[in-house]
Amino acid sequence: MGLTSHSTGTKALDAKLILQKQSPEDRIIALAGNPNVGKSTIFNSLTGMKQHTGNWPGKTVANAQGRYRLHGRTYILVDIPGTYSLMAHSAEEEVARNFLCFQKPDAIAVVCDASCLERNLNLVLQTMEISAHVVLCINLMDEAEKKGIHIDAGRLSETLGIPVVTTVGRDKKSLKSLTSALQQICDSPKDLSVQELRPVSYPPLIEESLSLLVPVLQKLTDGQISPRWLGLRLLDDDPSLIQEIHRCLGPAFPENPELLSALEKASSLLKAHGIGPETFRDLITSALIYRAEELCRDTVRYEQPPCQFRDWKLDRILTGRISGYPAMILLLAFLLWLTITGANYPSQALSSLLFGFQELLSRLFLALHAPDWLHSMLVLGVYRVVAWVVSVMLPPMAIFFPLFTLLEDAGYLPRLAYNLDRPFQCCHACGKQALCMAMGFGCNAAGVTGCRIIDSPRERLLAILTNSFVPCNGRFPTLIALIAIFFTGMQKGLTASLLSALLLTFVILLGIGATFAVTWLLSVTVLKGIPSAFTLELPPYRKPQIGPVLVRSVFDRTLFVLGRAAAVAVPAGFLIWCMANLSFHGTDLLSLCASFLDPAARWMGLQGVILMAFLLGFPANEIVMPVIFMAYLAQGTLTEPGSLDAMKDLLLANGWTWKTAVSTILFSLFHWPCSTTLLTVHKETGSIRWTALAALLPTAVGVLLCMLFTGICQICAL
Amino acid sequence: MEHPRNLSELLPGQSAEVRSLQTVGPMRRRLLDLGLIEHTEVMCLGKSPLGDPSAYLIRGAVIAIRAKDSRQILINIKQT
Repeated sequence: MGLTSHSTGTKALDAKLILQKQSPEDRIIALAGNPNVGKSTIFNSLTGMKQHTGNWPGKTVANAQGRYRLHGRTYILVDIPGTYSLMAHSAEEEVARNFLCFQKPDAIAVVCDASCLERNLNLVLQTMEISAHVVLCINLMDEAEKKGIHIDAGRLSETLGIPVVTTVGRDKKSLKSLTSALQQICDSPKDLSVQELRPVSYPPLIEESLSLLVPVLQKLTDGQISPRWLGLRLLDDDPSLIQEIHRCLGPAFPENPELLSALEKASSLLKAHGIGPETFRDLITSALIYRAEELCRDTVRYEQPPCQFRDWKLDRILTGRISGYPAMILLLAFLLWLTITGANYPSQALSSLLFGFQELLSRLFLALHAPDWLHSMLVLGVYRVVAWVVSVMLPPMAIFFPLFTLLEDAGYLPRLAYNLDRPFQCCHACGKQALCMAMGFGCNAAGVTGCRIIDSPRERLLAILTNSFVPCNGRFPTLIALIAIFFTGMQKGLTASLLSALLLTFVILLGIGATFAVTWLLSVTVLKGIPSAFTLELPPYRKPQIGPVLVRSVFDRTLFVLGRAAAVAVPAGFLIWCMANLSFHGTDLLSLCASFLDPAARWMGLQGVILMAFLLGFPANEIVMPVIFMAYLAQGTLTEPGSLDAMKDLLLANGWTWKTAVSTILFSLFHWPCSTTLLTVHKETGSIRWTALAALLPTAVGVLLCMLFTGICQICAL
Repeated sequence: MEHPRNLSELLPGQSAEVRSLQTVGPMRRRLLDLGLIEHTEVMCLGKSPLGDPSAYLIRGAVIAIRAKDSRQILINIKQT
């Protein structure tokens, strides 16, 4: 359900799959299917977990596992990335195929979208060639019914010879049929040696060459892998498979003389009739698709022709020639406006509550006769920073996040990629980068992980390196506060909040502009290459699950940020306090550090303190502003903190001007990514050098822009 | 005989039947996986704001394809 603590926190780093059976009675079940058919929703419903779901294809990028219990037995459910095929054309197809074929799950549920069953059946048929334990789960039945599509599941089950169940992923009750079908199939015997896995008949020549191979393979595979499927793959000459076969059947397998001669005979038979590798694949795929067509002809009934029910009206506006881009910007501005307006109230309430509590704490310390330094350290140091983070930074984050998630749930993100593909194409990149960029608004670490949806390694690297050019949720509050304080005035009302939203939109567009510029720059220098194959599925719009999204992302996000506040803001507050109170040759450390950084900072129109706050904010961007305020307060300026007015007074008293604010906004937009993001970049690229570049690029852009701005201001004597 | 046309020439709202795929390599396989084989019916739903890529209805799903790829897909436009 949107970005959750699982997909945005350090947990995003841990995606390696190790299957742990706790007892030999445990059963492993794989959840396969086309992209965007609701696999993750079913996964969450069954396991009660919070795997990220969203209405866009390619969202699940790694295998995830969870458990559920039924009739005293534990089932380990594995959510594998969505694929159109198992012929391993892309990284996720390879992951899916390897899991289904070599990890040998006890049962495979292939989840299909009821609205386009025909295309989905291609994968079902391919899975049936691999495993005898397939359950076909036709999901999203509610949507199909609305479109007037009727599916005869009983008849389909008869024809295919496998259990077919119909479900509505969001409705837990409808999943009962799935779990009971899976339970039954787990108990049936497994033997792949018999030649029963033949859901599709291929053209006679292919069948003939297969018949040369299958008897040999039957002996060699010993019931471990379907001989027919393996024969097809060997004829297809798929190099990625050879490695896996080594692992599964032993290194001697591909060199078996009997097999080699059979393979030779079969291949030459195909070659003699002019069937080359390309034609072979065409024939195989066509046979699968024709079979799917045939199956649907008998079992699916449409009340109206398929081209009628796709609601393209909304897309005429959201992706229209004239309205597409304005709609995109307006939507962004509207989201930001809601965030800004909505955050005011809880922000004020929280700050009076938390700073009121500070009084209580102080009195408590006094009553306990605690030493003065302890009170100053814990209350004025640690507590106050945490209070800042919670009252000023948390509300905008807690509001923007669910809003963004709703948009994601509704299916707008693929349209964003569709609209922005052309400009990305001009930068020799992939339109799907827009999806990763949009994820970056939520959390850059999640955005970087999301780059796995891009197949071409070069284009994926472009997307990874430029991801932190869009501000993440943790940076929004800083931008919002500075814009409100210095540019839209402190007065409340519609005009001010609209103006704030527009300015923030402009700042974000600047980030997007920089994304394009840097992507282009990289693709003409270190990452040269031409754009690769690109197809993007635009799923139907879905009504977002407002209740669950709100509840889950608010709680998840709130708890996550609070946790991070405790983990990062507490030591930061402690550090600031120590620095302000420990002196060296008569000057406190804080002033020393600040004045050390000051010359560099001045060049950029910042102050030493601000630069130091950005450095301390490396573990979490949320604490940058609080650290700045803390530093000012620690140096003795006594102001009642909390409200925007107080913040403004404090900043003005410390020499801020609107120019300082612009530079800080620029630097907040473009500086090194937070530590979690960098760790994720390292994990995704496996290279220190790319990670360093990911940190260096935005920093260089930020430093240059800040210096440019300051220079222009000086020349124009502003 | 009709003049051979390619998918990129299909206007929004028009339907066509695929004659053959001229693409090779990964793109060809991707299109095949999406069910785009000979005789498949395709309908153009619209173009993105900058005119490329375009969205096509293929076997019940909406797929965006870039012009440089759709030029390689030969079609017969259906007269309605």
